[in-house]
Amino acid sequence: MTDQKPFVDIRHAKKSYGTLEVLKDISLQVHRGEIVAIIGPSGSGKSTLLRAINDLDPLSGGEIWLEDTQVNMDLPHRQYEKHINEVRQNIGMVFQHFNLFPHLTVRENITLAPKLLKGINDAEANKLAEEQLAKVGMLERIDYYPSQLSGGQKQRVAIARALAMKPKVMLFDEATSALDPELVEEVNQVMKALAEEHMTMIIVTHEMGFAESVCDRVLFMDQGVVVEEGPPSVIFRNPQNERTRNFLRKHLADANK
Amino acid sequence: MGLDFSVIPKYLDVVMMGAVWTVAITVAAALLSFFGGIVFAVIALYAPKFVRLPFRAFEWLFMGTPLLLQLFLIYFGLVQIGIDLPAFVAGVIGLGLHFAVYNSELIQTAILAVDKGQMEAARTLGLSRGQALKKVVVPQAVRDVIPPIGNNMIALLKDSALVSVIGVSELTLSAQLAIGRTYRPFEFYVLAAVFYYIINLGMEAVLRRIERKVQAAR
Repeated sequence: MTDQKPFVDIRHAKKSYGTLEVLKDISLQVHRGEIVAIIGPSGSGKSTLLRAINDLDPLSGGEIWLEDTQVNMDLPHRQYEKHINEVRQNIGMVFQHFNLFPHLTVRENITLAPKLLKGINDAEANKLAEEQLAKVGMLERIDYYPSQLSGGQKQRVAIARALAMKPKVMLFDEATSALDPELVEEVNQVMKALAEEHMTMIIVTHEMGFAESVCDRVLFMDQGVVVEEGPPSVIFRNPQNERTRNFLRKHLADANK
Repeated sequence: MGLDFSVIPKYLDVVMMGAVWTVAITVAAALLSFFGGIVFAVIALYAPKFVRLPFRAFEWLFMGTPLLLQLFLIYFGLVQIGIDLPAFVAGVIGLGLHFAVYNSELIQTAILAVDKGQMEAARTLGLSRGQALKKVVVPQAVRDVIPPIGNNMIALLKDSALVSVIGVSELTLSAQLAIGRTYRPFEFYVLAAVFYYIINLGMEAVLRRIERKVQAAR
């Protein structure tokens, strides 16, 4: 697998807000079917890096590639908008605060983008919504509004909404951080199921246990750089870097409080 | 000369016809002000500068001058540049645009208050900015300001009496016609007031229904 061309290729990503450097020359290759976790303290730049992949937070320098397409291509505004809208259809994203559309039902949340962008009819869209909802175990809530769902249910619907676009890669931005502890597991289960289907995933998370059990590779970021990366067994059991050790120790202490 | 309400039945149909016109002009102007308000809000927030600046002047014209003057300008003034509108149409346009500007202010504030994550989620799925505004942001913003827009619509109903001055025989003008024949101002103004009140109740009932309908989708 590793001798293939990378599926997602981040080359020398740099990002600064004024004089504050949030990303300092980060490169990351993710292969098809690989599951990568990014961990690190808040403010380390991990969410910024994730959001750069679909250009929600544009980079100040560097390149993002998805297969043979450069995501942050240099184009005149109009052409770029067209380009990025097409690219984003291939990149699913799940947010910490779900960002479901509250004025639409679960069904409409899922069918909105496919209907608009893929020109499918109502029957096909409904079938798609049912398929994706069955996958995340939310089929029986298809005609509910988001306000009638728990946090875990909302996030499962949000995952189904992203999957309905048949993305090539899924980005998770602290998908379980806003959930009550007892609701985290149902979302983790859905993500595990995706992992078993070999969906390519990049996961920003605070859940070390989940990262360890699901991911192929873990990156530890701090102050805009990748401090250490490796298989979860090394990062979590035998980290080489002092900063990684400190972070994990502190994190564990906080978790046990 | 005391009060004599017995004159009312003879002119009831005149006043009722006026009430029908008031309802017609209010509904037409309310629809124009609602959809116009949405369009104006999007222009004010997202149009390029060369559209936005002249639009500001237009907004100022409608917010900073009396509605009465606006009606005169549209009905009597536009004739000079070859736009000869029927009084009813001029009244609907005047009232509709006037309140569209007020609705636009409400909708603009509401658009800016919609959580940033909504636009992000829509863009992430591949929607363009225009599509995201149309399908995700604006509907939520409008839903959030249904109650204050409803208040504007009640004000619109009351201000519809002003179109009597350009000769639309709506409720107030019809009452005046009846008064002209009977010399009974108190009786017919009270009658007109009763009709306004009834129309008002009807509007509030409709607004409550709309509010209840959007309540679920929160």
